[in-house]
Amino acid sequence: MQITLEIWRQKGPTDSGHFETYQAKAEPDMSFLEMLDVLNEVLLAQGKEPVAFDHDCREGICGSCSMVINGFAHGPEALTTTCQLHMRSFQDGDRITIEPFRAKAMPVQKDLVVDRSAFDRIMAAGGYVSVNTGAAPEAHSVPVPKENAEQAMDAAACIGCGACVAACPNAAAMLFTSAKISQLSLLPQGQPERKARALAMVSQMDKEGFGACTNHYECMGACPKGISVDNIARMNREYLRSELLP
Amino acid sequence: MTHTLDSKVPSGDLSSKWTQYKFDLKLVNPANRRKFTVLVVGTGLAGASAAASLAEMGYKVKSFCIHDSPRRAHSIAAQGGINAAKNYKNDGDSVYRLFYDTIKGGDYRSREANVYRLAEVSTAIIDQCVAQGVPFAREYGGLLANRSFGGAQVSRTFYARGQTGQQLLLGAYSALMRQVHSGGVEMYTRREMMDLVVVDGIARGIITRNLITGQLERHAADAVLLCTGGYGNVFFLSTNAKASNVTAAWRAHKRGAYMANPCFTQIHPTCIPVSGSHQSKLTLMSESLRNDGRVWVPKKAGDARRPGDIPESERDYYLERKYPSFGNLVPRDVASRNAKMVCDEGRGVGSSGMAVYLDFADAIARDGRDAIEARYGNLFQMYERITAEDPYKVPMRIFPAVHYTMGGLWVDYNLESTIPGMFVLGEANFSDHGANRLGASALMQGLADGYWVIPATIASHLAGRKLAPVGTDHPAFAQVEADSKARIDRMLAVGGSRSAFEMHRELGLICWEYCGMSRNAAGLNTALGKIRDLRGEFWNDLKLPGDGSGINQSLEHAGRVADFMEFAELMVTDALDREESCGGHFREEHQTPENEAKRNDEDFSYVAAWEFQGVDKPEILHKEQLDFENVKPSTRSYK
Ligand SMILES: Cc1cc2nc3c(=O)[nH]c(=O)nc-3n(C[C@H](O)[C@H](O)[C@H](O)COP(=O)(O)OP(=O)(O)OC[C@H]3O[C@@H](n4cnc5c(N)ncnc54)[C@H](O)[C@@H]3O)c2cc1C
Ligand code: FES
Repeated sequence: MQITLEIWRQKGPTDSGHFETYQAKAEPDMSFLEMLDVLNEVLLAQGKEPVAFDHDCREGICGSCSMVINGFAHGPEALTTTCQLHMRSFQDGDRITIEPFRAKAMPVQKDLVVDRSAFDRIMAAGGYVSVNTGAAPEAHSVPVPKENAEQAMDAAACIGCGACVAACPNAAAMLFTSAKISQLSLLPQGQPERKARALAMVSQMDKEGFGACTNHYECMGACPKGISVDNIARMNREYLRSELLP
Repeated sequence: MTHTLDSKVPSGDLSSKWTQYKFDLKLVNPANRRKFTVLVVGTGLAGASAAASLAEMGYKVKSFCIHDSPRRAHSIAAQGGINAAKNYKNDGDSVYRLFYDTIKGGDYRSREANVYRLAEVSTAIIDQCVAQGVPFAREYGGLLANRSFGGAQVSRTFYARGQTGQQLLLGAYSALMRQVHSGGVEMYTRREMMDLVVVDGIARGIITRNLITGQLERHAADAVLLCTGGYGNVFFLSTNAKASNVTAAWRAHKRGAYMANPCFTQIHPTCIPVSGSHQSKLTLMSESLRNDGRVWVPKKAGDARRPGDIPESERDYYLERKYPSFGNLVPRDVASRNAKMVCDEGRGVGSSGMAVYLDFADAIARDGRDAIEARYGNLFQMYERITAEDPYKVPMRIFPAVHYTMGGLWVDYNLESTIPGMFVLGEANFSDHGANRLGASALMQGLADGYWVIPATIASHLAGRKLAPVGTDHPAFAQVEADSKARIDRMLAVGGSRSAFEMHRELGLICWEYCGMSRNAAGLNTALGKIRDLRGEFWNDLKLPGDGSGINQSLEHAGRVADFMEFAELMVTDALDREESCGGHFREEHQTPENEAKRNDEDFSYVAAWEFQGVDKPEILHKEQLDFENVKPSTRSYK
């Protein structure tokens, strides 16, 4: 396959950045990142700077890869991370635009690499159960209804990639934050800190400069793990509950 | 500086050693703990659990990782599950049985006392994780579900769908972030440890490179914990995440930490085969697939017919044929080696001829498509996404791939390396899995080391030794920082024509060809020559873009490849030295007439711990003799 790539190049956080056009060769059974590996080898051989991008597991679980491809966070396939995308999803002769995940709270560091440390700070604000090592009761002392465990797992499947933010017209981090709040509010272990957690995480999210949710649900469409917007509704209930009944 | 290898295994009865030892250890007074700084490098299961636990106890902890967030460590990718001797199924499991299975599975090349302790603390891991909110699979009654895994005869594996590693890591990560919030841990993301700083023979700090600014940074401490994972990527293609590396361990090795059993590498039989020369990594398909899938190849070499066109009578279900009692469920090493054998005979399938079929047709006919979908739906989907083939209709093609490394830095019972004050946890150490790791035991070991072992044993160092105050202004820091800078400058200055990527791929092919699933003296000697040549080429012909400031991913990668180039030579040397077949290490010279591994307990019942002497100089071998007081070594047989 012969493809034309329009890739966002930006030297650093203060550089204004621009698109560059490249011609690339690919095979249909290559992954999208392998196509970029090959491009980078070509650029290096030509004495040009390779394109910087985050990646690690290359199997859709670490949440490192983060590209907006032809306007879609993680590209055109549903429930797929950038690293799981294959070139067979494209046609010979296609023109493909590649940009970083963009949001005020996730500034670009170089090319396609962005700073997602705001997510860690939201987690640090309350995304945990306060139990020191050694303080846990025997695992079977607290049964968890299967239904709750399954729903908690649905929410816990979030990989923290930030596609929800990149897809949202308001750059909101509601899906990410709500997934953790939901997981822990569904489990008995999360109950004691339930209210404080919702307040702390939401307030940190606001502090980081993420936008508000205006129910576009683009986040759910972009989420490679199928995290549902039901979590946002649950988070809103948790938050209200905490505000009204402190 | 030479060290004697003292494993510090406490005396006494196996089952009471750990309790007695903890009692005998000096304690660090709670009020004094905040005076001690501990550096924890790596935020996988081992590092995140250690950093959180030590900070909870009151130590001042600094935590480092390569990724933009500690949550992205390679542990996140583990699928299958975590073992624990809870005996919730009442099927006869016990701490002793888990201990026994691990010793036997490791082909009698691990230390009894360490393995027993691992089995002993396994149950508390599950309690801890559940309390953190890890959403393990549950039964209808609300209690935890278990499955049997990797041929184990009891159901002791706990799991969270196909994402157990993710959920356990997010649990440890949340504990870590709680400590970051309360000030107990200072978190340093996008940092790569470049070297270890040793002062008066004791590990007192590290040099890191800030991967965003390119700046070298100094961190002084009273103890250093390496939790930096395994070295599987020396093979270039493996199931490991791309950033997994040997750098931290190797630099520590060059500063005096012995490297143990580097030739013990694990090859996983069920991975998606290589599809082309552009391939960047391999994907594991859970071992559970072998519960229902039947492995076969055509009887005739070079049979290019489509699988559906090959009649039953012309298929060779070779595992069922050779191992009637275990069949498709033989251990990982046996399944892998046999796949290679049939492919070497020219009977491999797919365009490359380097694959075998894993066929679900019989299982689907027997149990129905729905049942198979319920069991393996997500795996089938993953396979289809990568290969564009539908495994419900055509058999999967699988081939073995490098997956895990049992070898690693040598540690004693305290998890302390031969450099006092430097401890090694998780996959980075050699300690618990001998020559072969059982499925679902790496997650267990990482968390055992971090949550339970190090919080106790670190006192042996902090309370047991007098530590003079050392700050980053100590000349040793300036010296090691200058070394790191010189090395980076040297790579940037080569100005050659070949990329690190390309040379890493070449190194991987050499290791896979000669030091992969089966090894022989001639091949290993060939490999040594090729590795040295390639290393020479690396330093003469490396091409790098840009400079050392700012984000330079090619430079990061090249630094790791440089270390793999040196490490590979030791791995091959160790494989050459170990004149026996055991676990994941198969020496063709040492096999039975039926091509099964032949262990040599008489001469090789030891841990090979290597001491660095300088690049291009032979390393010195130290042997830690393994004594089996509780389990009598026997021959593994799966016939
Ligand atoms: C696909 C796959 C599936 C698996 N499934 C299972 C399973 O089902 N059950 C099981 O028990 N085991 C499984 N394993 C094995 C298991 O996942 C690993 O052995 C284990 O997670 C390793 O944990 P760790 O904490 O030792 O290291 P890792 O998780 O590898 O973490 C290493 C950490 O060190 C950091 N680091 C590395 N080098 C440096 C440096 N120079 N400077 C700074 N930081 C550094 C990294 O950033 C990272 O944070 C699987 C492995 C793979 C590849
Ligand atoms: S690289 Fe890990 S999710 Fe894409």
